[in-house]
Amino acid sequence: MEAAAGAACRAVVGRDLLIAARRRSDVLTTFFFFVIVVSLFPLGVGPQPDMLREIAPGVVWVAALLAAMLSLARMFGADYADGTLEQLVLTPQPLTLLVLAKVLAHWLTTGLPLVLVAPLMGLQFDLPGDALRTLLVSLLIGTPALSLIGAVGAALTLGVRGGGALTAVLVLPLYVPVLVFGAGAVTASATGMGVAGHLSLLGAMTLAALVFAPWATAMALRISLE
Amino acid sequence: MNWFKYSSPPTFYPLAGRMVPWFMGIAVVLGLVGLYIALFAAPTDFQQGDAYRIIFIHVPAAWMSMFLYVVMAFWAGIGLAFNTRLSSMMAHAVAPTGALMTFIALWTGAFWGRPTWGAWWVWDARLTSELILLFLYLGYLSLVSAIDDPRRADKASAILALVGAINVPIIYFSVKWWNTLHQGSSVSITRAPSMARIMLIGMLVMVFAFWAYSIAASLTRVRCGILDRERNAAWVRDLRND
Repeated sequence: MEAAAGAACRAVVGRDLLIAARRRSDVLTTFFFFVIVVSLFPLGVGPQPDMLREIAPGVVWVAALLAAMLSLARMFGADYADGTLEQLVLTPQPLTLLVLAKVLAHWLTTGLPLVLVAPLMGLQFDLPGDALRTLLVSLLIGTPALSLIGAVGAALTLGVRGGGALTAVLVLPLYVPVLVFGAGAVTASATGMGVAGHLSLLGAMTLAALVFAPWATAMALRISLE
Repeated sequence: MNWFKYSSPPTFYPLAGRMVPWFMGIAVVLGLVGLYIALFAAPTDFQQGDAYRIIFIHVPAAWMSMFLYVVMAFWAGIGLAFNTRLSSMMAHAVAPTGALMTFIALWTGAFWGRPTWGAWWVWDARLTSELILLFLYLGYLSLVSAIDDPRRADKASAILALVGAINVPIIYFSVKWWNTLHQGSSVSITRAPSMARIMLIGMLVMVFAFWAYSIAASLTRVRCGILDRERNAAWVRDLRND
């Protein structure tokens, strides 16, 4: 039974990654959205290095939040439209685990690329080396929480009128703690303060989301498919 | 006495109808008494002048905004767990009043902040978390109105309300830490000077007035919700024929 559940999860992750590889434009759009949004800020506020250093953590993190949110529609949307989701719900494997697999695939295709390119964006804002490392680590810890919390919103708004904007209204307020501690860690690092506290809290939030979010998402999916 | 009798819309509808005028009456009487204390009986504050008098509206609204979210999440959870239609309708009925209270708290807070702090808005932990609470209410309301099937709307919004209820304390503490880390906050409303007794009484009277109003408004709204959902039921048709 456990082996079967593991195999099912691997199959779900593999399938989603394969779909992402075949439809590369979906993944790249989110990626370039992130890059473009971050690059717009210096044009809006001016190129003074001091100010850019100060706003960089917030800008990169807010852009990551928006990029994660924009990609949520893809998490269950296509599967819902073609009936795959219904089959997933009907399988004997626990839906919570399958949801976790889908969230993992979503993070690998949208969260991880942002994490990897973020130090480059930080360089544009003249962040020092330590802060760049903290930016990378904080995004690595925090972006899974964005995918997990976002999954609940995505599942609740499946097939609902005005889906995209509605998901944003539901999910963005719930992202606030992740933003506060993620950007807070980078700011603390840039000003020479300790970052362990911020990163620990960020990790705690990701772990809490790991426990509760797949369960709430599975419940929301069942409601959406009734 | 069987309390579950009133969990059925046909029996609850007339009961709510009988309760609404009482709570509305209490709200009006207590509101007038409270406003009299607030505007005439309470002395002028020696630090803040007359500007402080807005707290007689502000504080009850802020309390109700948070309390009503808990009430909403409670009924939403009951509705989700026991599949009782009326509980979900109660949750939907409480939400607009809660959003209204949050808005009043923010608005009056701005009016108080301008003369006292010299700014309409500061990114204080309480203000910020109250603003996010308003966003949570708005998210709940938009989800309810976006889903056409009422049963699905009940359940989906219940999950959102519960997720939000878990998040509210996390949001509050994160915003609090964020605030203390970013800017040494020069203003503090936690170290409020001890209040004169008459001010405290006035505030409590206003709290009960807001409480009674919230109950009356929610019950009125749930009555509309019941009629809307049960419009094809025999007992509603009988009401119309009477």
